[in-house]
Amino acid sequence: MFVRLSIAVAALGVLTGAALAQGAKLTDPQIAHIAYTAGVIDINAAKQAESKASSKDVKAFAKDMARDHEAVNKQALDLVKKLKVTPEDNDTSKALSKQAADKLAELGKLKGTAYDKAYIDNEVAYHKTVNTALETQLIPSASNPELKSLLQTGLKIFQGHEQHAEHVAAGMK
Amino acid sequence: MSPGRYLATLALFALGAMAVPAHAATVQIVMENMVISPAEVSAKVGDTIEWVNKDVLAHTATAKNGDFDVTIAPKKTVRSVLTKAGTVDYYCRFHPNMKAVLTIAP
Ligand SMILES: [Cu+2]
Repeated sequence: MFVRLSIAVAALGVLTGAALAQGAKLTDPQIAHIAYTAGVIDINAAKQAESKASSKDVKAFAKDMARDHEAVNKQALDLVKKLKVTPEDNDTSKALSKQAADKLAELGKLKGTAYDKAYIDNEVAYHKTVNTALETQLIPSASNPELKSLLQTGLKIFQGHEQHAEHVAAGMK
Repeated sequence: MSPGRYLATLALFALGAMAVPAHAATVQIVMENMVISPAEVSAKVGDTIEWVNKDVLAHTATAKNGDFDVTIAPKKTVRSVLTKAGTVDYYCRFHPNMKAVLTIAP
């Protein structure tokens, strides 16, 4: 118990990169689960921002995130159904979710401009992390060509969001 | 000129003014899988751009110089007429990595 806990804490410390970087090749059901989870995380963050953000641009950005990720996740669900793949929970998904829940709680304590800034900064960082994971891990590991191509489009979407977040962040200073 | 005749002439004139200029064309620009294609398009003032969005996401065609800002809902097509000449860099506000150039001749 004690050991496990400290491993988990260590893993969280180095962000998802660590969880994603290590070892065994991911299977398609796992990859689908991770990609879907990554979307859900950003939707949850966006919903919090839609109610908490004070800046108009930040609110609009959050709305864009929720809309895009809901659309992409719907497409992902349609694809796994078509391919008869059942997304499979895994350590990476769990680490991502845990870390996101902590971040959400942390952001929840902030208010006003401090919240806006922390949310946008986290969006930049989060999209960067997911993009790296997609590029170096998820896309190369995917075996089904349709899943691979959905992930490739997903990467372009996330890269777009990263730039969008950077624009919003630059506008706030 | 009788009033009737005058009105008819006016109506004809109005029709003529409304009609599309002789060489106006429709140019299609497609947004699919986060890519705008063709990435470079030449058109003329008066031409219609047909913005086709094949993605499940909304996109925009936003001119950097502010000349136009068109939002295209998922799986929709929007038409807009070019009113001003110039070489316009445009991008998607939601996904700024989607970029293209429209060259509009007078
Ligand atoms: Cu877009």
